[in-house]
Amino acid sequence: MRRDIRLILVFLALVTGALWAQTKAAAAKEELQRTTGEVGQYGGRLVISQRAEAKTLNPVTAIDRPSREVMYRTQADLIHINRVTQRTEPALAKSWTASNDGLEYALRLRRGIRFSDGQPFNADDVVFSFQVYLDQNVHSPQRDLLIARDQKITVQKADPYTVVFKLARPDAAAERLFDSVVVLPKHLLEKAYHDGTLGQAWSLTTPPGQIAGLGPFRLKNYVPGEHITLERNPYYWKVDAKDNRLPYLNEITFLVVASEDAEAIRFQTGDTDVISRLNSENYALLAKDQQSRGYTLEDLGPGLEYNFILFNLNDDTRGRLPDIARKQAWFREVKFRQAVSAAIDRSDIVRLVYQGRGEPLWAQVTAGNKLWLNTKIPKPARSLNRARELLKSAGFTWNKDGKLGDHNGQLVEFSIVSSSSNSQRMQIANMVQQDLARLGIEVSVVPLEFRSFLERVTQTHEYEAAVMGLVNGDVDPNPEMNVWMSSGATHLWNLGEKKPATPWEEEIDKLMEQQIVTLNYPARKKLYDRVQEIVADELPIICVASPDILVGSKKNLGNFRPAILDPYTLHNVEELFWKPK
Amino acid sequence: MVRIAVVLLSLLYGAILGAGFLAPYDPAEQDRAHPFAPPTRLHFVDAEGSLHGWPFIYGLIPSPDNFAEYQEDRSRAFPVRLFVSGDHYSLLGFSCRRHWFGIDEPGHIFLLGTDGYGRDQFSRLLWGGRISLLAGLIAAALSLSLGMAVGSVSGYFGGFVDDTLMRLVELFLAMPWLYLLFAVRAFLPLHISPTVAFFLLVVVIGTVGWARPARLIRGVVLSARERKYVLAARGFGASDFYLLRRHILPQTMGVFLTQAALLIPQYILAEVTLSFLGLGVGEPVPSWGNMLGSLQQYHILASYWWMLAPALVLVPVFWGYQVLADFLHERLEFGH
Repeated sequence: MRRDIRLILVFLALVTGALWAQTKAAAAKEELQRTTGEVGQYGGRLVISQRAEAKTLNPVTAIDRPSREVMYRTQADLIHINRVTQRTEPALAKSWTASNDGLEYALRLRRGIRFSDGQPFNADDVVFSFQVYLDQNVHSPQRDLLIARDQKITVQKADPYTVVFKLARPDAAAERLFDSVVVLPKHLLEKAYHDGTLGQAWSLTTPPGQIAGLGPFRLKNYVPGEHITLERNPYYWKVDAKDNRLPYLNEITFLVVASEDAEAIRFQTGDTDVISRLNSENYALLAKDQQSRGYTLEDLGPGLEYNFILFNLNDDTRGRLPDIARKQAWFREVKFRQAVSAAIDRSDIVRLVYQGRGEPLWAQVTAGNKLWLNTKIPKPARSLNRARELLKSAGFTWNKDGKLGDHNGQLVEFSIVSSSSNSQRMQIANMVQQDLARLGIEVSVVPLEFRSFLERVTQTHEYEAAVMGLVNGDVDPNPEMNVWMSSGATHLWNLGEKKPATPWEEEIDKLMEQQIVTLNYPARKKLYDRVQEIVADELPIICVASPDILVGSKKNLGNFRPAILDPYTLHNVEELFWKPK
Repeated sequence: MVRIAVVLLSLLYGAILGAGFLAPYDPAEQDRAHPFAPPTRLHFVDAEGSLHGWPFIYGLIPSPDNFAEYQEDRSRAFPVRLFVSGDHYSLLGFSCRRHWFGIDEPGHIFLLGTDGYGRDQFSRLLWGGRISLLAGLIAAALSLSLGMAVGSVSGYFGGFVDDTLMRLVELFLAMPWLYLLFAVRAFLPLHISPTVAFFLLVVVIGTVGWARPARLIRGVVLSARERKYVLAARGFGASDFYLLRRHILPQTMGVFLTQAALLIPQYILAEVTLSFLGLGVGEPVPSWGNMLGSLQQYHILASYWWMLAPALVLVPVFWGYQVLADFLHERLEFGH
């Protein structure tokens, strides 16, 4: 009997020892990522403004900008695009290998790391996340990105820390697909997913304890209409060069500030510590008291936004909108579009609209996109003579008052719509109006409320020309597929084409299809260079200018490394720290 | 006091009627080398210190580093010239090129500076006054004639007609007119010429505001109808129309003119408000409202004070009309 007890005790001791050893091993095996930034100091709070209030912290439903700004600080992705180098880097996946045919990707996950509620992370969470995103009934925005162009993705767990992704066809930018597709905690969301209530989960009123992620911060509290505060995630998986666990900051507060100007004022007075999207006018204004107020502003050069003039080339106007259909005869004439392009003074636009903090554009890729810019695109200066020649050769004539008429004697006049809330684009429209007046073309500028503007351009097609802009989330051409493919949802000038309406659209279709399966970068670049050439020649959109990305921060904010990729400033929020004054 | 007001208002209206002649430049002309140029300084003393009897100006050199910062180029003086030939405009149907004053090329004179496109604020102020002040006049005329018609019919005939019309008036008074205007503007077609836009604006403002004068005029007509001499005339067999024209409507003159003096500035303000909100005449046609609209941007408000000029001109206009209204009210309504 006594021996039995002794045996049991020995056994217990052994088991406890083994368990203890195992926990210790697990803790030691926590595979953290080491960052290379300056070693900082703990503590402090960062305040930043948002133009609207975040609506949700749910990665599956967050589609508005403010929600994403907050949500991405609390979550992490498998492979991340480094916003500064514009290349992919390991995140939750510490490494990955692709099969030779480019159809299979094996991602090895970091071991031993934990969600912000302390629960461990492993392959089950990854498989669960992708099951959710790819589920048709969930309607997640990630699904559109992942399965765009009939790409079928299957996700399998190979072992607790390896996940295998299988693609139906090769994708040159497959690694980049993982960026911003965050890993969800299975233990918290599985039930909601099976109940079909995932869409309602994780609102801002959800108790912070029920929300967790792998990001550097986690929700602390939310005061409706005022602010959202995040606190440091003690389980975060990055350390600095001296193995101090990141992030340094204790808290981030997101303040709701209604307008662009108000944001600038709050930053100027010191209420907020960082400002991400300054316009050039406010930049000039704020630059005046940089010294006295203790902040620094930075001009990062042109971002990925391209502003352009769009002519309505949609086919469905015939019969329905006779007046527009009549004018489309001019818009479809490539020489007319080339004449308009030649008559626009892009350098004046950059100087007056962006106060010199921008760059003139002749095709869609901006100088900020170093990997993909076709530097051989010609950049002709404004030439009214060339514009007149083009118009003349296309059969346009001028009457005795100098007004332009077409071969039927109809005067050439049209309207340009733009969103009234965007004063810079309105200004571009007004300058184009004046430039075209010199060719004898009468243009009227119509400011529209943003929603009705968008409705006209994308739904009813009840417009003649428009000034608008598109911003790329990434430098890669793949997210641009929906703009350039004739079947694309953002193929703005002619939406819903059954087949390419013109030979050059057909060529763009082919090039875009080809580039996506071409795995070698120089060959891909050649294909996309050709797309840019076609855009510059055929002018489906007349690219005009790209504004610089202008940001600012308090002087003593360490590791502040803004980049031209969204979100510009807070992409390395875990490394930010306050230097002692 | 009232004399000063009348003289002031006449001067202002005279100035805007002669806008083409008085303004040195075309209001839509963009001088893109001079965005946000400050008001040009008139000099009498040159670089050598000698005094000139006639004002001259210096050209501006834009600063190479900073947007909208300029330095005077003292190397060349441009005397202000009178009756120069310049941009084409039409005055009372005649096509003219003569301007009151101007500067030889390549100099520029911007008495009130320029806006973000380099357009001369002084010229825009004069041309913009045309839209704003005329909109006030026409809209007031429109709403007063509507008010007069409804008010006199209602007051004179009384009974069921009166009841119906007055309920309609109350309906109009209770209407949130700003939102109504937003709604009306939203229904209009996209592509309308500035002239059409102007008349639509005037008609909309005018038809919305007839209710108050209609009520006031009804009151006057109601009491005038019972006067002894009106009753006498009626006894002699005068027709309704004769009575209204000869005996009753002249009684409403005081109310009519006072209302006019009150409504005109109100409608000027309505035009300014609507254009400020982007609902009035569109670019590049100036109006005081759309000129002030740019002040919604913080950097303009903070950096370029001359952009406030249209707001400053509104002050004497309002003062003038207010003085006029007080005078008319005292003289015509209680005077006899």
